[in-house]
Amino acid sequence: MTNDLIHATAAELAAKIHSGEISSVEVTQAHLDRIAETDGKVNAFLHVDTEGALAQARKVDEDVKAGKVVSPLAGVPLALKDVMTTEGVPTTVGSKILEGWLPPYDATVTRKLKEAGVVILGKTNMDEFAMGSSTENSAYGPTHNPWDLERIPGGSGGGSSAALAAHQAPLAIGTDTGGSIRQPGAVTGTVGVKPTYGGVSRYGLVAFSSSLDQAGPCARTVLDAALLHEIIAGYDEMDSTSINAPVPPVVAAAREGQNGDLSGLRVGVVTQFSGEGYQQGVLRSFEAAVSQLKELGAEIADVSCPSFDYALPAYYLIAPSECSSNLARFDAMRYGLRVGDDGTRSTEEVMSLTREAGFGPEVKRRIMIGTYALSSGYYDAYYGSAQKVRTLITQDFAKAFENFDVLISPTTPTTAFKIGERANDPMAMYKADLCTIPANLAGTPAMSVPSGLSDEDGMPVGLQIMAPALQDHRMYASPRRTRPRVAGLGVRRCEHQEGQGLPRPRRRRGGSRGRVLGLQGRP
Amino acid sequence: MTSLAELMDYDEVIEKYDPVLGLEVHVELHTNTKMFCGCANEFGGEPNTNTCPTCLGLPGSLPVVNGKAVESAIRIGLALNCEIAEWCRFARKNYFYPDMPKNFQTSQYDEPIAFNGWLDVTLDDGEIIRVEIERAHMEEDTGKSLHVGGATGRIHGAEHSLLDYNRAGVPLIEIVTKMIPGTGKRAPEVARAYVTALRDLLKALDVSDVRMDQGSLRCDANVSLSPKTTGALGTRTETKNVNSLRSVERAVRFEMTRQAAVLESGGSVTQETRHFDESSGSTSPGRKKETAEDYRYFPEPDLVPIAPSREWVEELRGTLPELPWERRARIQKEWNLTDEVLRDLVNANALDLIIATVEAGAKPDEARSWWVSYLAQQANSKGVELPDLAITPAQVARVIELVNSGTLTNKLAREVVNGVLEGEGSADDVIEKRGLKVVSDDSALEKAVDEALAAQPDVAQKIRDGKVQAAGAIVGAVMKATKGQADAARVREIVLARCS
Ligand SMILES: [Zn+2]
Repeated sequence: MTNDLIHATAAELAAKIHSGEISSVEVTQAHLDRIAETDGKVNAFLHVDTEGALAQARKVDEDVKAGKVVSPLAGVPLALKDVMTTEGVPTTVGSKILEGWLPPYDATVTRKLKEAGVVILGKTNMDEFAMGSSTENSAYGPTHNPWDLERIPGGSGGGSSAALAAHQAPLAIGTDTGGSIRQPGAVTGTVGVKPTYGGVSRYGLVAFSSSLDQAGPCARTVLDAALLHEIIAGYDEMDSTSINAPVPPVVAAAREGQNGDLSGLRVGVVTQFSGEGYQQGVLRSFEAAVSQLKELGAEIADVSCPSFDYALPAYYLIAPSECSSNLARFDAMRYGLRVGDDGTRSTEEVMSLTREAGFGPEVKRRIMIGTYALSSGYYDAYYGSAQKVRTLITQDFAKAFENFDVLISPTTPTTAFKIGERANDPMAMYKADLCTIPANLAGTPAMSVPSGLSDEDGMPVGLQIMAPALQDHRMYASPRRTRPRVAGLGVRRCEHQEGQGLPRPRRRRGGSRGRVLGLQGRP
Repeated sequence: MTSLAELMDYDEVIEKYDPVLGLEVHVELHTNTKMFCGCANEFGGEPNTNTCPTCLGLPGSLPVVNGKAVESAIRIGLALNCEIAEWCRFARKNYFYPDMPKNFQTSQYDEPIAFNGWLDVTLDDGEIIRVEIERAHMEEDTGKSLHVGGATGRIHGAEHSLLDYNRAGVPLIEIVTKMIPGTGKRAPEVARAYVTALRDLLKALDVSDVRMDQGSLRCDANVSLSPKTTGALGTRTETKNVNSLRSVERAVRFEMTRQAAVLESGGSVTQETRHFDESSGSTSPGRKKETAEDYRYFPEPDLVPIAPSREWVEELRGTLPELPWERRARIQKEWNLTDEVLRDLVNANALDLIIATVEAGAKPDEARSWWVSYLAQQANSKGVELPDLAITPAQVARVIELVNSGTLTNKLAREVVNGVLEGEGSADDVIEKRGLKVVSDDSALEKAVDEALAAQPDVAQKIRDGKVQAAGAIVGAVMKATKGQADAARVREIVLARCS
């Protein structure tokens, strides 16, 4: 029973809870048990809110019993990235500098989840301030990829993706500044969506890079992601950059996509995302996905977006610049860590000592890069040029979307690397976001869906689908159509796209499964 | 502290140098809510009560622009004859300061909402100087620190500091002039007149309390000297903490004499921020910064650009009130005032008060008489500006009404005004409390008149002979006898009636 509960999709769980077949409390408890059982190895959660989760579950059960109309995901558990504020529940953003801080307010996403009756199990691990691609930069230790505990689960939202892959939660929230939803999704064989910038409110999302940060849904199936997307999306007057437009019909698109017909879908393959630096197994998986799409009726052609070559350097100027300003507020004056306040030191000294002790090396590196890039005399050369690249990227997208409905690429150049492998090589680490960054710079939506496993290491590979701004539903419709082909290729471990099968690492055939079985002491 | 020896004689300064002014004025808008959040824009409450995640800069919080503040900014821009940006943005000004919750100030940098305007400023002698306005932009105020334990209440020597963020995020408009050259010896006066004109303008627009003493209007004065021999631009200093109109004038004058002395002794003026000391009338250097301040401005990514439609701008132009100088021109015509009289009224800060008194029901000459004589004397003896007297134009109008109705004599009216000034309430309250009322019982007055006529039979005879002006002596005697509590006009009527 518990096994069924933790392997079910969110849509299935919701249907059963709402029909009264099972209770939300049972479902919640099953996931809490699963966390208790597995998180010692995975380290996906920084904080588990057992009481809060069960209280919410009981409330939903009461509503169901009373015959009240509940929202589509009411009663279904979710893992919330620790970057979203939660009233009275610790929010650390993976940093020592916010250890012990209890926010006095809920993020808009948090509020919407609560109002929708979604059960928040707890807060998931992440690279400190969402800066990283492996979750190794968390001040609270790395998260491990459930497919192979020695490998990274992606980042910065590795806690959320690992929680999904480890069946600790059927749903999760991530935030994506340069790929922090999609890259973890790709390397854990789960679905991760970065909506159109402004599609989901940033109010209460602890900012890394304001003009790039975008919260989005993470799940094991496309439909689940769509259901979650519709709950968290929508205009919010508390966020000036939020878009005042109807939420794209992503659930309808996801359901429609189930017919598997891709006739007439114009798909552009971005030629920039291939070649040197790309793992052969990733490229082979991608090529296979492309030919499947073709067979299903999609019209496929290459499209060149030359400016995408400059996306990574532009990103590593814009994001650090904004972060250097966003993170200035962590100064020991009002909340969080305070170091050296012994009555002898000046305010400035206490500020410096606190920031020295409270921030990790990657955060400091980016604050320094950003401070430099914004300084007078350098602004035009760095921040200014990067903004011009951003315009060019937006133009390349616009041009490409004149001829194509969606664009595709591998989500990330390689499968999950080993923990520690790139820890001392920031450039190698940054390259994990090579393919995902353009969509952040342009503010356009993009998603990663599992496209199979790399034949070299048996690790999951992600297919990235990109759409024009506010056309998020196009992405939801397309991957579903690829499903028969993907399944037909025998990539069984990616069946969870369909909402059946689900990633069950222990059942995987072939590859190096032993490591994954480290997790398998479950019911 | 600069000693007198380090100052140059003012006339000598003017002989050798051309002063160049630049004035930056910060105005706190009196909107209901703060610039970027829904907290009340109020002072004086318990510390940190008018705060929320946004104005405390809590992690995850975001700003939302106060539309009313934008409206006020545009109206100010229009009143200053500025162009209004079709598209502009906020920027972040980054620096660490405990008063500032985010350690950056959300401000406008190279894209102000209003720019390229002017303000005509009338000097004491009636000369009009056009001050060019560089820009007016929106920004937010900081919180306040209270340094505890030090002798001076300043950060140096304090044991600890307390922070109050009630003011953090209050909307500010910064109005910056272009360089003002060519004012010569009148530079200090121009500076004062400009701030005065700006204050009056903002008051008329009803966008701010414009109280310099309370910090809702703050002026920074930039001064440099250009040697007449070379005409080269000098190094400027920026004097802050100038909290009254008079201080603006004094600060500019002081800086001119100080800079000239520095230059004369072969030194060079340091570009720096200086503080004006109200009591000594001098300026002193602010805290030295070890590194040059680099604010690392960049466009505020949490806010979208502001693009006021031309329709809206024109609509707002339509809401501009009669501006102070327009009103003055109209009043001068309506009341038939000479240039000189008008200027005196303006210089005494009396005109607006008189107009308001008239609007409250008094006749112009009555209102004028009160404000320029008795009330001006009171202000003078109390050492305050006329507008700061604790009496409102409406209260003055009421006193005038009571005089006209015969309830008060002029003498009693002054006593009533004294009561109001001393905080005893309205005119009617004072009359009640002090038992002040004219003797209006005719039989008592008739008796007093008869006695006076009897005491001065020759005068009585003159009146009977038709020399009406002689009645004054009898009226005076009656007023004396009744200790001023009689209505002189009524007494006169009785005198004439008795002698007819
Ligand atoms: Zn507030």
